[in-house]
Amino acid sequence: MSDLVDIADAVVAQAGDDEQLEAYVGRSTDTQVRVYQGEVEQLAVADSLGVGVRIVHEGRQGFAYCGTFDREALAETVNEARDNAAFGEADEAAGLAEPDGVEPADLDLWRPGLAEVATDRKVALALELERALLAADPRITGVESCDYGDSLGETAVVTTTGIRRSSRVTGCELVAYSLAGDEDETQTGFGFSLGRDVDELDVEAAASDAADRALRMLGAVQPPSGRLTVVLDPWVTAQLVGIVAGTLGAEEVIKARSLFAGREGEQVAAPFVTLVEDPTDARSWGASPVDAEGLATRRVPLIESGELRGFVHSTWTARRMGTHSTGSAVRAGFKSTPTAGCRAVALTPGDRDAAALLADVGDGVLVQEVSGLHSGVNPISGDFSTGAQGLRIRGGALAEPLREFTIASTIQRLLHDLVAVGSDLTWLPMSAAGMTLVVGDVAISGA
Amino acid sequence: MLDESVIQRTLVTALRTGGEFAEVFVEDKRSSAAMLDDGRVEELSSGRDRGAGIRVVVGETTGFAHTADLTDEGLRAAAEAAAAAARSGGGGVREVELTRQSAVRPNRVAVLPETVAKGTKVELLRRADEAARAEGGSIRQVRARYGDSRRRILVANSDGLLSEDDQVRTLFVVSTVAFGDTGMQTGYESLGRTVGFELFDRYQVEDIARTAARRAITKLAARPAPSGTLPVVIGPGGGGVLFHEACGHGLEKDLVDKGASVFKGRLGQQVASPLVTLVDDGTMAEEWGHYAIDDEGAPAQRNVLIEDGVLTDYMWDHLRSRKDGRPRSGNGRRQSYQHLPMVRMTNTYLVGGDGDPEGIVSSTDHGVYVAALGGGQVNTATGDFVFGMTEAYLIENGEISEPIREGNLIGNGPKVLVDIDAVGNDFAMGHPGTCGKDGQGVPVGDGVPTLRVKALTVGGTAG
Repeated sequence: MSDLVDIADAVVAQAGDDEQLEAYVGRSTDTQVRVYQGEVEQLAVADSLGVGVRIVHEGRQGFAYCGTFDREALAETVNEARDNAAFGEADEAAGLAEPDGVEPADLDLWRPGLAEVATDRKVALALELERALLAADPRITGVESCDYGDSLGETAVVTTTGIRRSSRVTGCELVAYSLAGDEDETQTGFGFSLGRDVDELDVEAAASDAADRALRMLGAVQPPSGRLTVVLDPWVTAQLVGIVAGTLGAEEVIKARSLFAGREGEQVAAPFVTLVEDPTDARSWGASPVDAEGLATRRVPLIESGELRGFVHSTWTARRMGTHSTGSAVRAGFKSTPTAGCRAVALTPGDRDAAALLADVGDGVLVQEVSGLHSGVNPISGDFSTGAQGLRIRGGALAEPLREFTIASTIQRLLHDLVAVGSDLTWLPMSAAGMTLVVGDVAISGA
Repeated sequence: MLDESVIQRTLVTALRTGGEFAEVFVEDKRSSAAMLDDGRVEELSSGRDRGAGIRVVVGETTGFAHTADLTDEGLRAAAEAAAAAARSGGGGVREVELTRQSAVRPNRVAVLPETVAKGTKVELLRRADEAARAEGGSIRQVRARYGDSRRRILVANSDGLLSEDDQVRTLFVVSTVAFGDTGMQTGYESLGRTVGFELFDRYQVEDIARTAARRAITKLAARPAPSGTLPVVIGPGGGGVLFHEACGHGLEKDLVDKGASVFKGRLGQQVASPLVTLVDDGTMAEEWGHYAIDDEGAPAQRNVLIEDGVLTDYMWDHLRSRKDGRPRSGNGRRQSYQHLPMVRMTNTYLVGGDGDPEGIVSSTDHGVYVAALGGGQVNTATGDFVFGMTEAYLIENGEISEPIREGNLIGNGPKVLVDIDAVGNDFAMGHPGTCGKDGQGVPVGDGVPTLRVKALTVGGTAG
């Protein structure tokens, strides 16, 4: 087991007789390389680490963290968490996770080789990406950013209630943002490639995506307002699915903030829609054998054939709703407490690819990017309105580029208005998978 | 925060392999928060982050490393890592003389939040919960959050600079959910200043709670927002994010230099309506984006970016100003010691005009009135930007009428700046915001008087 478990053990040993204590220890080693015009612009190497301490005493919870493993600072953090617990209000459901007999899946997410990759090779990959992107087309005028990044992350959770688990994961990525155009016009596009190890990175794919996505926007115009069938690019679909998944966390349900509270068993989406959270799928970027409270993650069906099946639970939400945790506790690192959430959610793919779906649609708009998801989408009311850019679909094929428009509906309607799910499932660097998705009758606002 | 001789040694180590510039940024940040949700004080939390970021510049390359270990050895290791990252060629030993600068405008904090009893902070939450629920039976849920932070920083660099700052911020946020025949609606209101706990002597949390509750209740009766291009009037205080997105980011010199801004090469040109004078001002005492020195040690400044519609200046950090041989503008900021600084806004605002706010509305036949904006996002290279409306109404026959549901508006920065055809005399600062850029969040402020944009695309569903 990781040395982080030893650190967590030492913290847990400071628990008082009648209190529950959880130590969540995180450490990551990261490298970031940014290149510009054939030179390294920035190179950062760093270790980040820290401990979050949660104490539950007589139903009251307190939390504190510190960004160091220094023994004195850890003792101070435990005291601070204990002091904080005195000010919370008691809750019968409060308490830490307890072992539930589910064994964590054996996932291959850690590639020790990544730690051995020389910095020169990382720099070379970023430079190669920039060269490939600039060479892709004479209309590519520049690169806004071109980055290599990697991370080796480890976490450990130990509690006084019998939890003692650790997990670790590696990941690396190449990402480029391109500029295309001429004196009168600039368009941008991005491309990326992800891997658990550098050997899995595909420079050419990232470069051609970044080039294509900018080039095909050249000459874009604002479309007229109206209602049209919209085809979402996998990147956009993943963001939409992530928002829907966010409404299916049990904490939102308990606190009357979910659109789907009390609707289990109801038809909430078109009948061919199935949505599953499964962090044990090693292909997903959010894959993890254990959750943020140290329980084994597992497959959780959320929507089956359009019918709402259930929610994702942490220990607290499960106790409040009289059920079992689904191993879905998530937290934003050691600086925060856990809540229930999805980390690897996906629609079950259909049997038609993007080209076939475009042909089926005939007349519509392909949305390749959306903006303002945080400002124009309200997951509680369901109002959904985002900035968009993409391409007109005419006669089943891609036609002129479009920009400066919005697409709008409500989350409730969007799920019922789904027309088809593509077969092109792609795992993206977020908590949801993407694929081509067709939505009927969406309001387009433009000129 | 650290002994001068230790800093000096660290800088010398950082320069040992030929670095042209080296910098040590030390940060010690304590924060505390308390949250009430679902009628219950859920949790108090506190945190401490302490460490140093070291950067070394060689030619066009910046090497960076950070450490939570502030001992001589920890700093030396980080300095060596940063120097190696900068892949320096040369060598030799350079001396560094440090000159301690006193902050031009040290922050004045009356009551340090760390001296306030936790029970007193919790009491604010209970008062807010009660006040929000008293606004009406339709209020189904209330979340109140108190947060404070004290961030002490020290910046020293190989130019001899040594400067310190002590930044205290206090925040109170209430969000509500109202329930009615049309489903659920949400309301939000926040108060944040670069001050201590004295904030609550001047502002009542009940007022914040009531505003958040009223917003949610109002929206229960809201109609779907219109779809299409309309005149948009933005109310005082609520709309600074429009300028933050429409042109603020595009005036950050790092983006300009890379050709990723529509405002590149436009200095001295008329880029906006003559009614527009836009300022970025880090010296505005107590505002959310205020500080005495930026995260590179430069004093905060008041910078006029657009004057009577003419683009007068960009915003600069150390690297960009060094390259162009000009003074810094005090806009070099970073999220924490774990991040490299870059060009960022502070408090960005549109200077008030002489228009009568009521007249601006009454001369608008059919349009949208936005009382409160949410966040936004911009593509600086194309100029296209969006921003959300969280409290908005239709304008019909020159009068503010029914509330409309939430959504985004979309426009193109350079076009929107030209299309501003009215600016009111009722300037007000807006709400505390967090600006995100390249994965880093920093506190920013904004402000506007009532203003009108001739044509903006409103992203609703109603034909």
